Amino acid sequence: MRQKIAISGIGGQGVLFLTRILAEAALFQNEEVITSEIHGMAMRGGSVISHLKVGGFRGPLIRPGEVDVLFFLEEGNLSAHSYFLKNEGVAYVNTMKPGNYRSIEATKIAIEIGTPLVANLVLLGYALGEKSLFCSEESINFVLEKISPRDQLKINQRALMMGIKRSGNTRAIR
Amino acid sequence: MEQGTYKILMGNEAIARGLIENGCSVAASYPGTPASEILSSLAQMAKEEEVKMHLEWSINEKAAFEISLSNSYLGSRSAVSMKQVGLNVALDSLMSAAYSGVRGGFIVVSADDPGPYSSQTEQDSRFLAMFAKIPVFDPSSPQEAKEMVGEAFALSEEFEIPVMLRPTTRVCHARQNLFCYGIQKRDVPVSFRRDPNRWAATPRFRYFLHRELNKKLERIAVKNFYLPIRKPTHPFAKNGCILASGVAFAHVYDLLEELDLLDQISLYQIKIPYPLSKEFLEDLSSTYDEILILEETYPVIELQMVDRRKVMGKLNKFVPEEGELSPEIIRDLLVKFLNLPQESQKPITKGMEKGPTLCPGCPHRASFFAIREALPHAIYPSDIGCYTLGLNLKAVDTVLCMGASINQASGFYHSFALQNEGIPTIVVTIGDSTFYHAGITGLINSVLHKARFILVIMDNFTTAMTGNQATPEIGLLADGSQGFPIRLRDLITACGIRFLKEVDPYSIHELISHLKEAEKYCSSPEGGVAVIIANHPCVLEKKVLREQKRYQMEVSDTCTGCGYCLENFECPAIIMNTSLERVEIDKNLCIGCGVCREVCPLGAITIMGGQ
Repeated sequence: MRQKIAISGIGGQGVLFLTRILAEAALFQNEEVITSEIHGMAMRGGSVISHLKVGGFRGPLIRPGEVDVLFFLEEGNLSAHSYFLKNEGVAYVNTMKPGNYRSIEATKIAIEIGTPLVANLVLLGYALGEKSLFCSEESINFVLEKISPRDQLKINQRALMMGIKRSGNTRAIR
Repeated sequence: MEQGTYKILMGNEAIARGLIENGCSVAASYPGTPASEILSSLAQMAKEEEVKMHLEWSINEKAAFEISLSNSYLGSRSAVSMKQVGLNVALDSLMSAAYSGVRGGFIVVSADDPGPYSSQTEQDSRFLAMFAKIPVFDPSSPQEAKEMVGEAFALSEEFEIPVMLRPTTRVCHARQNLFCYGIQKRDVPVSFRRDPNRWAATPRFRYFLHRELNKKLERIAVKNFYLPIRKPTHPFAKNGCILASGVAFAHVYDLLEELDLLDQISLYQIKIPYPLSKEFLEDLSSTYDEILILEETYPVIELQMVDRRKVMGKLNKFVPEEGELSPEIIRDLLVKFLNLPQESQKPITKGMEKGPTLCPGCPHRASFFAIREALPHAIYPSDIGCYTLGLNLKAVDTVLCMGASINQASGFYHSFALQNEGIPTIVVTIGDSTFYHAGITGLINSVLHKARFILVIMDNFTTAMTGNQATPEIGLLADGSQGFPIRLRDLITACGIRFLKEVDPYSIHELISHLKEAEKYCSSPEGGVAVIIANHPCVLEKKVLREQKRYQMEVSDTCTGCGYCLENFECPAIIMNTSLERVEIDKNLCIGCGVCREVCPLGAITIMGGQ
């Protein structure tokens, strides 16, 4: 399956970790994958976006209007990065505000679990539950076990589960 | 038999993996985006695979270059890695090493940053390869970067010449599934072969070395020609071809595939953009009517074309001369070059991105606030690092390149001193790692020439911007072992500084009083350079965060919502509550440093429970 995914957030929110999980999931499923990330100055609390392309692409970047699934860890980035989304693409947004996207209060749920840092996994779980991604729940769980720091594995798994559970029953327009 | 496995590796990890798979025994670097992870990954891989290597974060790129080159002189494979502007620092060594040549394979990894995203220039290191007269590889992906390491070592050894590998940000910070070979442990005995006519050549012998170098280049160039990726089966109406190198090749390949044109136009990937075979270039000119050249960031391939009348490139402004060649730009170029029908695109509206800021609790923020409070009318030369973000706090006036701030302060002082109008206060800010890298020479020069300014060394015991590499002050080495620490205080004293204070910038009032005292010292008859070391460890280090006192902050009713703290302190954890018309603390972001209690003019930000 060919899929173009982008992850938008603020430096420090776990954009890179989420990108890595998806890339490792592609490897687990024997799919070719290439990603592009932003490091350096922008990581200091600035807007960042990473790209991920599954299924035999050579270049790591996605053109505006070509993203199939776009994750927004920060709703403040909606105006800055929505132009990447395809007309028929879907955005998953960490927010309580309804809009022309799938919404989930990922940070709130993450704080309830113990740390806002796992909001990225709640959001991922939600998209996974809705079957919007190239990868299976099994692949993501395998990857979490492989790359999570030992002391964070449990909370990571929990965050993913919370997202999956919430899929399909939030007030979303689309 | 070698065993192997598929892994997801970042471009920089792929380069490191390539180095270790190909028997590199010494690698050195100075951190800089986008190259930093090459050496840190090497250190980790060497540890995991139990491979004996000498790896170091050198004090600057020149030192790193010379350390690695020496290992090559002794016959063993070596590499030096840095960001493109780092190569400027090591250029003196590179130019000369090209003449003397090498023995063990020697790779110079210089990572470019078209855009630019994290650099002061978007210079093209391939030009420096051309200037130094050495061959350069231009990978289009992490996989290719890894493969090219092996090819570069082989080329370097065959011709006894330094070889450059030039990845760009989009290769360094791409991740890809790629095949990793097992690592063979090998022992390469090193030996010194005395040959003063080569290793210590005087100008007369340098002439001969230059002639030899030119011959090497000619021999390399002859072999450096290409065939199109695919032979066009349904030739396009136009008899044209596309030459692409680096990540621009990957983009154009994907686009041609998307447009179903892969079999209709001759596409060449130029893997070694310099030196190119003359016959190859002449052949292109005689075969095709139009040649599109896609390369980042300067026209290196293009300038080697003798006949440029058929070339569509940067020189005739067909291709943009600055910035990254993104897939959207390349798409537009293809549409123009191939006369494709313009598809109607929905207009793109890009909202503002959030700019970067210093982290909550960052000691630099406290230093900048104190500087602005104590000496609001000063000139503020600054330098390269996280603290460049002091721009947001209006406490940074100039940023040139690594270590320049101190010389700039000195220069400003001498110019003002020529007039009778009075000399403004000058406050330099520079980080500890940058000070060791290229700041200390400026300090020695300033003292010698009787300059007067205040130098605030923002000592956070780390190289924070690039991933927290240890500084000489700590003395931790790349492999995690302990070296001999070089104390900042001792160095500064040795430079002849007579005004030296150390202070924790979290105590703003203390730093303010030192700054005022320093200003008096600078203008006193015996005055000179006043140095204040503002030391507090970087809060990105988990250990620091765990051990440092954590205050619960609150905002009292006294807050009028004037916005003074937002404007002048800019802590991400202090946010305006527009409905209450006063600020509040974002508990998720606040690390409880407590510095903000010294910031509010009304004293409305306090420690919970009072103190």
